[in-house]
Amino acid sequence: MSGLLATWTSPDQATALPVIVALPLLAGGAVLLLRRHPNLREAASLVGGIALAVAVLGLWPAAGRDLRFELWSWLPGLSFEFALEPLGLLFATLAAVLWPVTTVFSIGYLRGNRETDQTRFYFFVALTIAAAMWIALSANLITLFVGYEIMTLATWPLVVHKGDPDAERGGRTYLVLLLATSVGLLLPAIAWTWLLAGSTDFRPGGLLTGHAGTTVLVVLFTLYLFGIGKAALMPVHRWLPAAMVAPTPVSALLHAVAVVKAGVFTVLKVAVYVFGLDTLDVSGAARPMMWVAAVTLLTAGVIAVRSDNLKRRLAYSTVSQLAYIVLAATLARDVAIAGGALHMVAHAIAKITLFMCAGAIYVTARKTRVGELDGLGRTMPWTFGAFLVASVSIIGLPPVGGMWSKWLLLMGAAEADQLVMMLVLLVGSMLALAYLMPIPVRAFFRPPPVAPLHGEASPALVGPPVLTAIGCAALFLVAEAVITPLSGIPELSGIVELP
Amino acid sequence: MTVQLPFVQVLLPLLGAPLCALLRSRVAAWLLFLLAALGSLGCAVLLAQRVATAGTQRYSVGGWTAPVGIEFVIDDFNTPVLLLVSLIAAVVAVFSHRSLAAEVAAKRVPLVYACLCLVLAGMLGIAVTGDAFNAFVFLEIMSLASYALIAMGRRRRALLAAFRYLVVGSVGAVFVLIGIGLAYAVTGTLNMADLAQRLGGLHGNRALYAAVVFVLVGLAVKMAVFPLHAWLPDAYAQAPSAVGVLLSATATKVAIYALLRFAFTVFGATLVFGVMPVGRIGALLAVLAMLIGSAVACFQTDLKYLLAWSSIAQIGYIVAGISLATTAGVSAAYLHVINHAVTKAALFAAAGLLVLRLGSARLDDLAGFGRRMPWTFAAVVVAGLGLVGVPPTAGFVSKWALATALLERGQWPVLAAMLVSSLLALVYVGRIVEVGWFREPSLVTVMNRPPVSMVAAIWFLVLLSVYFGLDATLPSSLADAAAAALLRNGG
Repeated sequence: MSGLLATWTSPDQATALPVIVALPLLAGGAVLLLRRHPNLREAASLVGGIALAVAVLGLWPAAGRDLRFELWSWLPGLSFEFALEPLGLLFATLAAVLWPVTTVFSIGYLRGNRETDQTRFYFFVALTIAAAMWIALSANLITLFVGYEIMTLATWPLVVHKGDPDAERGGRTYLVLLLATSVGLLLPAIAWTWLLAGSTDFRPGGLLTGHAGTTVLVVLFTLYLFGIGKAALMPVHRWLPAAMVAPTPVSALLHAVAVVKAGVFTVLKVAVYVFGLDTLDVSGAARPMMWVAAVTLLTAGVIAVRSDNLKRRLAYSTVSQLAYIVLAATLARDVAIAGGALHMVAHAIAKITLFMCAGAIYVTARKTRVGELDGLGRTMPWTFGAFLVASVSIIGLPPVGGMWSKWLLLMGAAEADQLVMMLVLLVGSMLALAYLMPIPVRAFFRPPPVAPLHGEASPALVGPPVLTAIGCAALFLVAEAVITPLSGIPELSGIVELP
Repeated sequence: MTVQLPFVQVLLPLLGAPLCALLRSRVAAWLLFLLAALGSLGCAVLLAQRVATAGTQRYSVGGWTAPVGIEFVIDDFNTPVLLLVSLIAAVVAVFSHRSLAAEVAAKRVPLVYACLCLVLAGMLGIAVTGDAFNAFVFLEIMSLASYALIAMGRRRRALLAAFRYLVVGSVGAVFVLIGIGLAYAVTGTLNMADLAQRLGGLHGNRALYAAVVFVLVGLAVKMAVFPLHAWLPDAYAQAPSAVGVLLSATATKVAIYALLRFAFTVFGATLVFGVMPVGRIGALLAVLAMLIGSAVACFQTDLKYLLAWSSIAQIGYIVAGISLATTAGVSAAYLHVINHAVTKAALFAAAGLLVLRLGSARLDDLAGFGRRMPWTFAAVVVAGLGLVGVPPTAGFVSKWALATALLERGQWPVLAAMLVSSLLALVYVGRIVEVGWFREPSLVTVMNRPPVSMVAAIWFLVLLSVYFGLDATLPSSLADAAAAALLRNGG
């Protein structure tokens, strides 16, 4: 034990990294062991979550140092290895901090709904978080790919939790699209990269720099971006709305935070460490995918506006907001990457709030459609208050955190002389305004059709979204501190300070 | 004693066969097969160690030195096969005790074990021998015993399956014999090393070309390379479950080994892949096998048939690797031989357990088995993911190795076919999972506790496949060494 702590953040074999991956697994094991005692089981999940959050936050002081941990070699020349770098630290923190918050919400939701197979639920959530940590800390593409696939497989039982024909259909779309893109496109892309560069390590300045011509770079970049199906670029985004058959806590934690952010995180990593911003910029390899991202951003926004089902609307909003981050990667500017990374954080906190609110509304009022929400804000002021704050953050207005990421993205587009993209970003925000704002407005200002029979949601359901809504607001003040570690990446050393 | 190891390796199961038949006791026969399998496994491990430290081992049977006598050669290219075959045989031995008791009439069980011993002896013999005609003899020992084993299946259709395999398999065997005969006519020797030496100066000889074609086509029948695969689905699905496990995991794999041996060390890569268009034809057949095998598997209504068609596709992967004729390609093929054997054995074993407990392997009868047998279901899912090639399973390692080998040669169409085939594998594995998870369990099923031996055998194989997926250094170093040895000899 003392040996473990002595090398906790030592540069060559930092034991903190594998421990962080193992913590959720331990929690998952405890969940299985305690399956006969629901209270203890949930406590194990919660304790594991808090321990993980503390451990990950404890890494922040070491952000600038080169922490590595080699697990074992997989094939000659390829090994499973962890390394701490700023983008990964952001993603790990995000998932680790939001896990215990969602656990509290899950307890309220699953018990309030009298869901079956709760042990299985908590176990696979823990497994997914372990996969998220594995992805965040991966030091090379192969390690990342393994975590990426485990995450897909670990979330499938959660998506099909209900076990009815709807779940079966949704689960099928989910699994087929995610595995088809990863096995069919991402895997060949990684193999090709390996053959070109002789390594799959994430290397500052770009692994492929100097190893490939423009055409190859364009093809590879396209393979990567469509291959990373979790980033939900159109037309491979269909798994995300399909995954909405899952219980709401799953949609909140996994399809707003862990899974989709694993996707855009991988996109950012690939852009920065595999291609390199300079290579991308000079070769123009990202240009075609920039348009795909822009089209996705707008189309998904329009679909969201036209969706009446609340979860479906939030899902398409996610697709649209993820496209912002992919767009940031394709702009290949340091400011844009910083904006993308910050948007990863801001969108995660805001979207988890929205989903938790949707879950609280479902459990308390049994309402799933936007049209049914008239006047609910008066009986559920806290829920809709949190919803409002998070909506403002997603739209990108002050005084909440979402404003800064949109600001940096706009700066990035301006710096790259992409006026059309600036316009796309602005129209995207307008669309967000159109699909999110009507919900709190209806809830607060329209009269309820019938007098409601219920009050505010139970504390376990309303506490977490209020907490994360406060987080959205706090991000407005601490945004600069959040992106400061990014300046540790050589190509991002010159990111501008926020005003 | 240790000098005799190569011979003891084959002798143990060969002696076991008549003893099993004579003893007429179920338990004694089972014990004999188990001991023979464990004994050969021990020999294989010792031999592998000796090859690793002291290099190639040569053994002259009966003291008659090559090229006159029969020579056994143990080198890097056959130790993986020896290890694999004897390991799977040992697992099958553990698995078979309860499985055969349920599926085969009691008085026939000792005969089944006798045949299993013969199959094992044949497979090990093919692996160790350095003599072309001797390889044919062992191939026939293996084949004849497996015809008999398939005929022991519990349904009448097993007889038809065995008969079809007998006819097709015999044609293949005759082709191999004609090929070896022609090679003998041209060179006057049957020793593989000697053949290779004398064939070197004979390029342009029509009889030699004919010999190559006959041997390769004959072995392709035994390998079930598309379009010579028709015997396989019935044979694997109708055989008793334990037999299906052994045959699916090893029989085609040994034929693949024999093909590699003849193509690279006897005829030589320059002749087979340089002068003759075997590489191109192989790549084409591999593409067809991968696509058609997986596509047909998607439409099967019986788990065992589904797995058998999946095997045809997976053999396509192996042929794709071989047809590259590069070190990376042959190594990927070898790696997939190992990984697929373990994965498919696990799946056939799980199917056997399902037959025992639900009375059938038809997908309709498996409805909801995931809820009643979560552990068996988990084993099927993990091994099934190995067929798709998803990490952290062994299938991912082979897919990676094959993908890089194909990319290295710019074989984009083959790579695309391989990926499409993987996605089709996702479809057919997904069907099993959906049937097991979502369908309402039928009420007529009789539940009894699963035999510990069968569960242990299944999970040993499943965990082995996951281990090979997470730490592929052992199988991949074996495969690399084997490929290097094969291509070095083929020079």
